[in-house]
Amino acid sequence: MALLEVRDLTVVFERKGEQPFTAVDHVSFEVEPGQTVGLVGESGCGKSVTSLAIMGLLPKRGARVSGTVGYEGTNLLSLSDREMRDRRGRDLGMVFQDPLSSLNPVVPIGVQVTEVLERHRDMSRKKAMVEAADLLDKVGIPDPTRRLSEYPHQLSGGMRQRALIAIALACRPRLLIADEPTTALDVTIQAQILALLKELVRDMGTALVMITHDLGVVAGLCDEVNVLYAGRVVEKAERHELFAAPRHPYTHGLLSSIPRLDAPRGQKLSPIKGSVADNIPWDHGCAFAPRCPNALDVCVQVTPAQEDIGGGRLLRCHNPVRPPVVEEVSA
Amino acid sequence: MVTPTRKKDRIDALAASSADFDAGVSLAVSAWRQLRRSPMFLTGAVIIGLFVLVSLLSPWLAPQDPSEPMLIDQVVKARNEIPPIQPGHVLGGDLQGRDFFSRLLVGSQQTLIVGVLATLIGLTGGLTLGTLAGAFGGWVDSAVMRVVDVMLSLPSLLLAFSISALFARPNQYTVIVAVAVVQIPVFARLLRGSMLAQRHSDHVLAATALGVKPGAIVFRHMLPNSLGPVIVQSTLVLATAIIDAAALSFLGLGNPDDRIPEWGQMLGDVQNVFDTHPQLAFWPAGCIIVVALGFTLMGETLREALDPKSRR
Repeated sequence: MALLEVRDLTVVFERKGEQPFTAVDHVSFEVEPGQTVGLVGESGCGKSVTSLAIMGLLPKRGARVSGTVGYEGTNLLSLSDREMRDRRGRDLGMVFQDPLSSLNPVVPIGVQVTEVLERHRDMSRKKAMVEAADLLDKVGIPDPTRRLSEYPHQLSGGMRQRALIAIALACRPRLLIADEPTTALDVTIQAQILALLKELVRDMGTALVMITHDLGVVAGLCDEVNVLYAGRVVEKAERHELFAAPRHPYTHGLLSSIPRLDAPRGQKLSPIKGSVADNIPWDHGCAFAPRCPNALDVCVQVTPAQEDIGGGRLLRCHNPVRPPVVEEVSA
Repeated sequence: MVTPTRKKDRIDALAASSADFDAGVSLAVSAWRQLRRSPMFLTGAVIIGLFVLVSLLSPWLAPQDPSEPMLIDQVVKARNEIPPIQPGHVLGGDLQGRDFFSRLLVGSQQTLIVGVLATLIGLTGGLTLGTLAGAFGGWVDSAVMRVVDVMLSLPSLLLAFSISALFARPNQYTVIVAVAVVQIPVFARLLRGSMLAQRHSDHVLAATALGVKPGAIVFRHMLPNSLGPVIVQSTLVLATAIIDAAALSFLGLGNPDDRIPEWGQMLGDVQNVFDTHPQLAFWPAGCIIVVALGFTLMGETLREALDPKSRR
């Protein structure tokens, strides 16, 4: 059985006097224990809202969440505030995008780590301090005992993200959600953090939901990838298959807009035209149609359904990109 | 000829000039670096330092007993004369023939007590209300803020005046209460504003995502991060509290026992003889103005230094 089973998760933001906005639209995916699943898409496609909905962190007023989020068989959405609070940090961990603003600026790192340990593992302050030093050591922070008494501003960016990961993993949650954990970091540090996440997830057997707009991160980390567009999953595939043969024009566009070292000299990058603002609602066709190079007449009239195209792949498109024919070496 | 410059000084100067570009230092450290070179802040700090020192040491500094009339006055009592400047009495005497200089010195005590206590009580009340409003939000916030708005809509001195008029026998404590109550809404509003901003901050969301209990979130994560502007405001409020307290005493709503000198009351007592003896009004008024100015200078420069938007 899957550890996390998200079924038809829908988040609608409502404001008085305004059209309700559907940020996440019937998103379904599963995460097996120890598996890493990526949620990929550009800004505003609903990645972060999905993660907040799973954690139960969306505001009570204004956001209507429906569907189910099954965690080991319990629907997290049906739990009370108190039950959910007990699970957050213990069963479900989360790492946020900006490590500086996600740490409390006026509290030393040590207290922020021990806070979780005291809360969920009933440790004494003294014992928690020892454990905290151990955790910081595990995430690769040198001289952890000294760091415990330092404040977030005294740490470097990479160090802060390491500390946040240590805090999120303090109670050995079985599921970790990482919401763009490397976006605010230097490229060199990004690689280190990703390697660290990969290692920790493997050692602790934690399932990881990786939210990112960076396909490079996906390529290095994820077992399975869900590509989101305008709140819906448009393509779901195993990592290698997705990179080898993207079927949805959006995925294809994302991949061809990445600079490649092995591309022929002088070849220009091909961007995806337009922006998320050009979306049309899903109920009258495909939201990506206005920007899609493959768009047909049917695309703006009929909403494409999600189809199983074999090999565990799901696709939502009327006119998918043809899979590349395996090139035969001409003699 | 080359001016001998010590190596250490040059390094210090270099360090100071590069300090402004050092993004790694905390707000408090960079604020202090800015403050200690600000003449405005230093002026305020010196005034306040002297004021506090004088008021603490005034029982020993005062050359005469501030509540006992001079002997010389008893001789010329019939003429009801205000004793002039004379040896041993550097500023002469007041209406009752008591040593004016000693009264000024000892009067600083009342000003300090009233100013500090009123600010502290106002701060406590404001923190409580602001925390309630900012932590709960919703209808609690609306209810608290409407009360605060009503209080803010009244002129502060008028409100303080009305509150102290509620007490049958005004004394120095009723002054403190009246001035304190007037300060509550300012603190409450300020704290509520920064608490609300904290509610939507990333680190509060991160703490929530860790399952931290609501009480700990409010008191460990939101409140300490919201206190900055409130602390700055309290230095500014000290100035208004001192002026308000003096005004209440001036109007006769202070301590009726004039054996304990108080600047506002000293000012009020001499209204009738102002045209013949202006020095009796000049000195206490000057003291009030200078002390209030000192707190304002300190508060304003502190606010500027701690405000990230005005940082250069």
